[in-house]
Amino acid sequence: MGLEHALGDTALTTTIDSAINWCRKNSLWPMPLGISCCGIEMMAFAMPRFDVARFGAEVFRFSPRQADLLIVAGTTTYKMATVVRKIYDQMPDPKWVIAMGACTSSGGMYRTYSVVQGIDQFLPVDVYVAGCPPRPDNLLHALIMIQEKIQRGESRSTPMTVTAERQEQQLLQIQGINNN
Amino acid sequence: MNIDQAMDIRQQKILAALENKNTSVYFDDALDNEMILNMGPQHPATHGVLRLLIKLDGETVAACVPELGYLHRGYEKLAENVSYHEFIPHTDRLDYLSPLMNNTAYVLAVEKLVGIEAPKRVQYIRTIISEMARISSHLLGIGALAMDVGALTVFTWTFREREKMYDIFELLTGARFTTSFTRVGGLAHDMTPEVITAIKEFIAQFPEKLNECITMLNTNRIFVERMDGVGVITQDQAIAMGMSGPNIRAVGIEHDLRRTQPYLVYNELDFNIPVLNDGDCLARYYVRLNEVKESVKIVIQCLDKMPAGPVHANEPKKVLPRKEQIYTRMEELIHDFMLINFGVNPPVGEVYHAVEASKGELGFYIQSRGEGHPWRLKIRSPSFMNLQSTSLLVEGGMISDIVAVLGSLDPVMGEADK
Amino acid sequence: MLTTVIEKLKLHFSNSILDVREFRGETTICVNKADIVKVCTFLRDDESCSFNYCSDVCGADAYAPENRFEVIYNLYSLSYKHRIRLKIFVDESDLHCPSVISVWPGANWPERETYDMFGIIFDGHNDLRRMYMPEEFEYFPLRKDFPMMGVPDSIPLPRK
Repeated sequence: MGLEHALGDTALTTTIDSAINWCRKNSLWPMPLGISCCGIEMMAFAMPRFDVARFGAEVFRFSPRQADLLIVAGTTTYKMATVVRKIYDQMPDPKWVIAMGACTSSGGMYRTYSVVQGIDQFLPVDVYVAGCPPRPDNLLHALIMIQEKIQRGESRSTPMTVTAERQEQQLLQIQGINNN
Repeated sequence: MNIDQAMDIRQQKILAALENKNTSVYFDDALDNEMILNMGPQHPATHGVLRLLIKLDGETVAACVPELGYLHRGYEKLAENVSYHEFIPHTDRLDYLSPLMNNTAYVLAVEKLVGIEAPKRVQYIRTIISEMARISSHLLGIGALAMDVGALTVFTWTFREREKMYDIFELLTGARFTTSFTRVGGLAHDMTPEVITAIKEFIAQFPEKLNECITMLNTNRIFVERMDGVGVITQDQAIAMGMSGPNIRAVGIEHDLRRTQPYLVYNELDFNIPVLNDGDCLARYYVRLNEVKESVKIVIQCLDKMPAGPVHANEPKKVLPRKEQIYTRMEELIHDFMLINFGVNPPVGEVYHAVEASKGELGFYIQSRGEGHPWRLKIRSPSFMNLQSTSLLVEGGMISDIVAVLGSLDPVMGEADK
Repeated sequence: MLTTVIEKLKLHFSNSILDVREFRGETTICVNKADIVKVCTFLRDDESCSFNYCSDVCGADAYAPENRFEVIYNLYSLSYKHRIRLKIFVDESDLHCPSVISVWPGANWPERETYDMFGIIFDGHNDLRRMYMPEEFEYFPLRKDFPMMGVPDSIPLPRK
């Protein structure tokens, strides 16, 4: 945002930051990357019984460019890794990542030649969710943790206050993707 | 090799495959233009991580090459390195919409290899859980299909029913869908009266709820017209391409292993095999719908007929003993030690056992060398073979029909990619 | 029913049938590699065999000095409802074997999978690409000498 850039770190901007963060945390737009079994639990998490709409995150966007929370749900193989990274790169800043399930976080029960042993090898992850697959309640808990993180103004992937340098980088990145 | 070079090789190969693909669809309209479209692996309608590379002529699909492997987890390699019992949890995650069915299919193959048979009560319980899994899988299949062609409500309704089933599975096995419930020669534990009551309650209210969904879909003109006459396959093509399950029954072939090669207690039960002749998306949808109704009938019959008795075969050297016996008795402790450390050790040989899973013929081919782990385990997954016909079904159709075709094929990538 | 199938096969292909094995009520027929397409065509077209449905084609690694690899065909007859299994042996020095997609087009993907996992090359296959692994991958994972955790850095990961 240009405001922080113009005014610097003053009392006014911190208050605005806090207000913006409050808005952000209650209107997360998840990008559901349902790769395998966890995807089914992620659907359950969106469906009426667990109802993610209670936390303001019911707008599932299948286009990464309209999303700010990436839920990687399922085993990520080496072949899929480039795709996951590409989706992540396309998401606008600021963005958060949930690694849902044991195989996404650490390879889980798949200690084999084709499975990446944890997506943090190529992505910055904010919250790891345990379970194989995690229950929808567990994923809701992860969502709440993300919301707390946002309120504190933290993100593993990007600084929350966007500097001019960062904006430039991002612009280059998006151009790079378009050129590809 | 760096990542850019690797990506280059991957992209070029599949593009070349698309360009070289034989196609009988040609147009000479000058206004139509050719275009190559990449669909997936991240696409809401591909049911996971299937990737389709499509050559379009205007809006018509001229050629289509599916690409798999984005969820290849190396099950067959894993199976060679774990014991027969240790592989049971992995079968949950094959077709993750009906894990109980996979558990059953796998232990039936191992039991055939070992040469033991489970007691009658076990067989009835396995039939019940298989059919419950079939209901649950078809419900998601129908719901997702409806969602793909634009009717989100049905999806939330079928998911509501699935949640009730998940509660039953949780009561029965302790997990919502990674159940690992069966054991070689038996079950993890008996089906308690509470579970039976829960199943009865569910079955009692289910037909009414299913009817709600049916009214929503069958009278919905948009749904019916998007499916009718779309993605047609002929009998000969379906047989040649190795289709199975509801997809082959939708072209008028009564190929159902429950009837043709009965396993468990299916030959003692009274049920119909729904068969339709059209071979289009609507027929595949109707076959699934009718199968759900038949499954309800089977579950009711099994609950009535289920005898009392043990839930473990009396083969102490092959079947894991009960936990409380291990802690209190010497003999069982020794058997448990031997089974856990050295495994089931079936004789040298090879078997192929197939069951009618919710997606089609799910077969396990096991080669044994007398060791505690399989020498080679091959999973014949129905989704893999069904997906093979995708290009046949979509070529010549409109691009928007692809989602209907994929939804009606109902593939699960966990199983197709293994 | 199956006995007539085996007798017929022995009558027509006395030189191609290497071995007939029975285990748990299942019949495995080992066939000479070069004649597999002929045998398959016969099994599909003969009226008393009618194996019109190819359930599966898969490979196996016996890890023996001779005839290291096996290719296994699980066949099913929709009209007679019986099953049979064919097996051919492929030596490591000559990884080629004939493709049966001219008999059953559905054997296309299973053969690609076998190529991907074992490196067995099916002659006459029209689209023999890797099925699961990325194209640049150089190894064949289901061979017994391939480590379960794979070869480090054989598949590149994206930059962090």
